[in-house]
Amino acid sequence: MCATCGCSVTEHDHGHTVTLEQKVLAHNDKLAERNREWLVGQDILAINLMSSPGSGKTTLLERTIRDLAGGPEIAVVEGDQETEFDADRIRATGCRVVQLNTGAGCHLDAEMLHRALHSLDPRPGSLVFVENVGNLVCPALFDLGESGRAVVMSVTEGADKPLKYPHMFRTADVVLLNKVDLLPYVDFAVDRFREYLNRVNPTVELLQVSATRGDGIRDWYTWLSERKSR
Amino acid sequence: MHELSLTQSVVSAITERFGETRISVVRLEIGKLSGVVVDSIRFCFDLVAEGTTLQGARLEIDEPSGSARCRDCAHEFTVDDPIVLCPNCDSANVTVHSGRDMLIKSVEVTPACAPPAAAR
Repeated sequence: MCATCGCSVTEHDHGHTVTLEQKVLAHNDKLAERNREWLVGQDILAINLMSSPGSGKTTLLERTIRDLAGGPEIAVVEGDQETEFDADRIRATGCRVVQLNTGAGCHLDAEMLHRALHSLDPRPGSLVFVENVGNLVCPALFDLGESGRAVVMSVTEGADKPLKYPHMFRTADVVLLNKVDLLPYVDFAVDRFREYLNRVNPTVELLQVSATRGDGIRDWYTWLSERKSR
Repeated sequence: MHELSLTQSVVSAITERFGETRISVVRLEIGKLSGVVVDSIRFCFDLVAEGTTLQGARLEIDEPSGSARCRDCAHEFTVDDPIVLCPNCDSANVTVHSGRDMLIKSVEVTPACAPPAAAR
């Protein structure tokens, strides 16, 4: 083997092409697979929650933690560019939480989740929510090793979002249309949203919820428990 | 701007593999359905490569179209748009075969390590 470039030719002039055919995200995908194996081994359901900023992910989590108290333990990984604000809100519910600050980064990756899981140390059989950085673009590309992806989208954001951000909606296992209590006051056509969503993801489940008022929230819990018993 | 992390992944994968060997060309394949802005990768590359063995390397990026098959009408087609609809029946119920991959295809290493005369 060539000691310089690791190729299989023993002697050659350098200045040659070495074929790699390697995935750009190979390193992340390998770490994600390790996270996944560990989570499956611990019987932990890990949900990657993604959305634009302000769609209600943290409010949804606060309600979910309160409503599912007495069930399997819930622990949360919070991802934001800066501040502990969201972790403080989750901590106030009595739930264990780790805050990740990505600084200039616009998404969580598998290595960050790996570190977060080390410090979170979730119990076997528990439910882990990973609240990704609020961003409808970048988080879609990075596998964390999660068991499922939930995209939250609120009715104040406009029904055309699935077509504007197709990568995010394409990778979702479930989409929660949040803030439906505001539907009487905003110009949001749910049917059009569903049509656009199905253009990028024909099989995704769409749940209409209000995290503040509780509309449709049981459907979310049913989805989680079905996912858990898979 | 996930292109910055992707570019960092490219540079670190290559420097890990090739150590101190200088790299003169990096060839990537970024499918048109991958969700990556190739111009941003180009922009980030020089910044990320600075101070590494890839500094000054030429970046060549191939952007293949995607290929897909409609599950409703069995039509096979190529596609450049991230919203993949069958051009025959407008169905979204399609299987994408290719176009989403991001690969480091190959690199060219520079002849910085001419073998000693005795070895020739």
